[in-house]
Amino acid sequence: MIAFGSLTETTAAVLLAVVAALAAASLITFALTRLKPQSDWTELVQRVRSWWVMVAVFAIAVALDRVVSLVFLGFVSFLALKEFLSLIETRRADRRVLFWAYLAIPIQYLWVGIYWYGMFIIFIPVWVFLFLPLVMVRIGDTRGFLRAAGTLNWGLMTTVFSLSHAAYLLSLPQAENPEAGGAGLLLFLVLLTQLNDVCQYLSGKLWGRRKIVPSVSPGKTWEGLFGGLVCTVLVSWLLAPYLTPLEGWLAPAVGGAIAIAGFVGDVVMSAVKRDLGVKDSGGLIPGHGGILDRVDSLTYTAPVFFHIVFYLYY
Amino acid sequence: MTRLLRHLFFLLIVRPFVLVVLGLNVRHRHRLPKQGPAILVANHNSHLDTLALMTLFPRRALPKLHPVAAADYFLKNRALAWFASRMIGIIPLSRKVSARGGDPLAACDAALAAGGILILFPEGSRGEAERLSAFKTGIAHLAKRHPEVPVTPVFLHGLGKVLPKGEYLPVPFFCDVFVGKPLAWTGERQSFMAALDGAMQALAAEGSFPTWE
Repeated sequence: MIAFGSLTETTAAVLLAVVAALAAASLITFALTRLKPQSDWTELVQRVRSWWVMVAVFAIAVALDRVVSLVFLGFVSFLALKEFLSLIETRRADRRVLFWAYLAIPIQYLWVGIYWYGMFIIFIPVWVFLFLPLVMVRIGDTRGFLRAAGTLNWGLMTTVFSLSHAAYLLSLPQAENPEAGGAGLLLFLVLLTQLNDVCQYLSGKLWGRRKIVPSVSPGKTWEGLFGGLVCTVLVSWLLAPYLTPLEGWLAPAVGGAIAIAGFVGDVVMSAVKRDLGVKDSGGLIPGHGGILDRVDSLTYTAPVFFHIVFYLYY
Repeated sequence: MTRLLRHLFFLLIVRPFVLVVLGLNVRHRHRLPKQGPAILVANHNSHLDTLALMTLFPRRALPKLHPVAAADYFLKNRALAWFASRMIGIIPLSRKVSARGGDPLAACDAALAAGGILILFPEGSRGEAERLSAFKTGIAHLAKRHPEVPVTPVFLHGLGKVLPKGEYLPVPFFCDVFVGKPLAWTGERQSFMAALDGAMQALAAEGSFPTWE
């Protein structure tokens, strides 16, 4: 087994396949802009271009070594939390509280780094959850106290706690997954989550008729959900033997779980955005919106996938 | 030497800070002046306003950028004065008009004559963070003297949340920078101030911002 950083031959091969698929997407986009120049393809072109950047950054971060990957994923959590806190109403009095909330990010990823599962799994839901209201009480402003504590906690749970589950895949023992290791599991999770997003979007555009939750996200249809599900189950069944310890019927089943969880994460973030009165969570990723728009599904798929695999094999 | 130090300060400290801790969402970037002489006016919420605006310009424009800043505040002591004038490149402006002192805008005139880009905060002080306050008319005096120089209004949001007046601990937030269309001197003070004010209000109305109280 030849390894480059954290990459084994199998993970490298899958990454190459992703690059090939992106190249195909670029070619199709190019063809579309030439064949139908009268339509506006700006968003599609931006989307594909942003995909290239995201895949490149992700591949480099995952390939180098575990510490680089953890720093990268911690930075994604930071951007997501910053975007969330910039969107919601915050209280001027809570500046210090927010500072502590940001500080929870490096600490949470530190637990991942030193393989301390027990602390990783309770740090935010228990210790940070108990500590932040204490800081708020010391500041002493009670107007909007519950709303401030509640929204901040929800933000930390989604952008830091949930996303850090993706990072903990890298800290799982190599022996259970010798073929591809933690990097393989992480690649599997992120690849399937994003693939599900894309397939759901495309099949929704092509065949979407019956809306699922029109009051939350009018673009979400049963046809889209089904298209994403079929795609994700199929690719999961294909790739699981190479990247994960999942065997037999578990491979497509976990693919299905990722598809459903991804959909739920997507509509939950849609509900939040609708509540806040914004369409996109930010403008960080051209063609996609903000970072929360890109990792919304992952906030659900990461803990779901992690705990299934963790229960079954670790 | 100080030139090099200034470039390094912006390259290694200011730009990474603005990129990572702040994160600017810039609208209508193309409206920024490509070269001097030009005047940028913005609302003022934080010390970071100046740094954020300066990073909107390419590295080679740095020697041309001159924030106009209160002399009484930034020349308080020698260390701050050195930092403000050599590293940031401010043009000190006296907030009080003294009867016997010379022309308070002479340094601004000179910088514009040399093709500089002035950054002005006509609110006069950082004031209450994230609240627009009325522009003082000093900008009109400057625009009247240089009717050929475009005045570009810029609306800033969020920097006052990151580092408001009286705080020393920056807390990360994404910040908005909305660049308006360049204005020309209208020929008299009142209409010019009204145009500037209208432009700022229109820019502020482009975004919807969560309350912060």
